[in-house]
Amino acid sequence: MKVTQGQFSFLPDLTDDQIRQQAQYAIDKGWAVSVEYTDDPHPRNTYWEMWGHPMFDNPDAAAAVFEVNECRKAHGSKYIRVIAFDASPGWESIRMCFIVNRPAQEPGFRLVRQEGEGRVVRYTIESYAVREPEGARYV
Amino acid sequence: MDDDAPRPETVDLAAAFESSGVRDLLAELDETMIGLGPVKNRIRETAALLLVDQARRQMGLATETPTLHMSFTGNPGTGKTTVAMKMAGLLHRLGYVRKGHLVTVTRDDLVGQYIGHTAPKTKEVLKKAMGGVLFIDEAYYLYRPENERDYGQEAIEILLQVMENNRDDLVVILAGYADRMDRFFDSNPGFRSRIAHHIEFPDYSDAELLRIAERMLTDQNYVFDPAARQAMADYIPARRAQPHFANARSIRNALDRARLRQANRLFTEAKGPLNATDLSTIAEPDIRASRVFRGGLDVDRRPAADAAE
Repeated sequence: MKVTQGQFSFLPDLTDDQIRQQAQYAIDKGWAVSVEYTDDPHPRNTYWEMWGHPMFDNPDAAAAVFEVNECRKAHGSKYIRVIAFDASPGWESIRMCFIVNRPAQEPGFRLVRQEGEGRVVRYTIESYAVREPEGARYV
Repeated sequence: MDDDAPRPETVDLAAAFESSGVRDLLAELDETMIGLGPVKNRIRETAALLLVDQARRQMGLATETPTLHMSFTGNPGTGKTTVAMKMAGLLHRLGYVRKGHLVTVTRDDLVGQYIGHTAPKTKEVLKKAMGGVLFIDEAYYLYRPENERDYGQEAIEILLQVMENNRDDLVVILAGYADRMDRFFDSNPGFRSRIAHHIEFPDYSDAELLRIAERMLTDQNYVFDPAARQAMADYIPARRAQPHFANARSIRNALDRARLRQANRLFTEAKGPLNATDLSTIAEPDIRASRVFRGGLDVDRRPAADAAE
C-alpha cells in the first residue's frame, strides 16, 4: 500500500531532476530546505529524523539533491522526505513537504479495535511495519 | 538538453556571443582590469570554447560537459579573486553554472579541528557553492605533508570526489603562489588531472600599478595633483624592492595611508573653509611622507626599540 502523505504523493515517484526543481522553487521563495527520514509511516508521526541541518544559505537546489542521495545511501530502505521551512514571521512553519524515497515493500496499516468502558469501541490504525523494532522494519 | 526540439542546421556564433552577454562581460573585463594580458587571453579562449561547445550541443554533437575546474597561480595582489568573480559571471551567462555566485574559502573553512569534523564542514561548503564557483585561496595549505594526522587530506578526498561526481553542479578554482601550487599538485596527482585550465597571473609592471593607483583613487573620488603623481611613480619601484610587496594590494594600502595623511594635513594646516577640490586632492607630501622612501619598516622600528631600552 503506497503511503500518501505530503505533496505529490499520488503521482509517480519524483525523479532527481523533479526533486531539484521543486527544491529550487522553495529556495527561490526563501524557504530553507532540509531532508528527513523515518521508518514509522504513521500519518501522525510528525517529527522525522533530521538528515543534517536545514540548508538555510544554499542558493542552489543541487545541494538538496546531493543530500537526498547521501541519505539514500545510509537509509535507502526507509521513508525520506524533503521539507521546506518558511522562517518569515507569521508562518514559521513548513510550507512544502514531499516524500522522495520509500521502502520497496510497504505493508500498509491494520485497524485496531480497543474495547472501552461499557460497550465503547475505540478505533485506531497501526502500520504492520512498526511491529518490528525501530531499525529492523524495512530491510 | 531537449531531444525533441528540432536541431538547427547552422549556428550563428556571433549572435550567440552577442545574446549571451559574454561580449559585455569581456568588454567590462578589458576595461576594469589593467594589464593581465595573458589572463585575459585565456579567459577569452575559455569563453570561445564554451560558446562553441554550446553550439555543438545544440546540434547534438557534444555529449559531455567540459571540465571547467581551474587553477590560478600568481603572486599576491595580482587580481586572482577579482578574476574568479568575473569567471563566475561568465560561466553563469553561458549557462555552465546555474546561479553564478562565488564562494571564497581557505583551509579554515574546509578542515575541521577534530576527528569527524572535517567531512561535514567540507560538505557544507561544497553545498553552499553548488550552482556557482568555489574559490579556494591558498589551496596548498590543505595538504600538510609534515603532519600525517592532518585532516587536510580528508578535505582533499571529499573535494576530489565532488569535483568528479558533481561536475555539472559546481566549478572549483584553486589559487595560490606558483611554486607552492606546483608542489601541491605534485603531491596530489588527483588534483592535477582533474584541473584542465591552469592560468598564470603575471606581476604588474610599474606603469600598470600607477594606472591602478589612479583608478582606485578615481573610484573613491580622489585625485593626484601632478607632483603627487610623480611621487607615486617613485614610490612604486621603491616599494617593490622592499619585502612583502603584494602588487595592487600594496598600492591600495599605500593609498589608504596617503588618505590618512591627507586628512591629517587638512586638519592641522587648513586655515579657512575647504572646498571639494581641497578635500579630494592627494598632494605630494601625503605620498612622500611614506616610510618606504626612508628605507621601509626597519627605520620606524629601530627608534622605537631604542626608546624602549
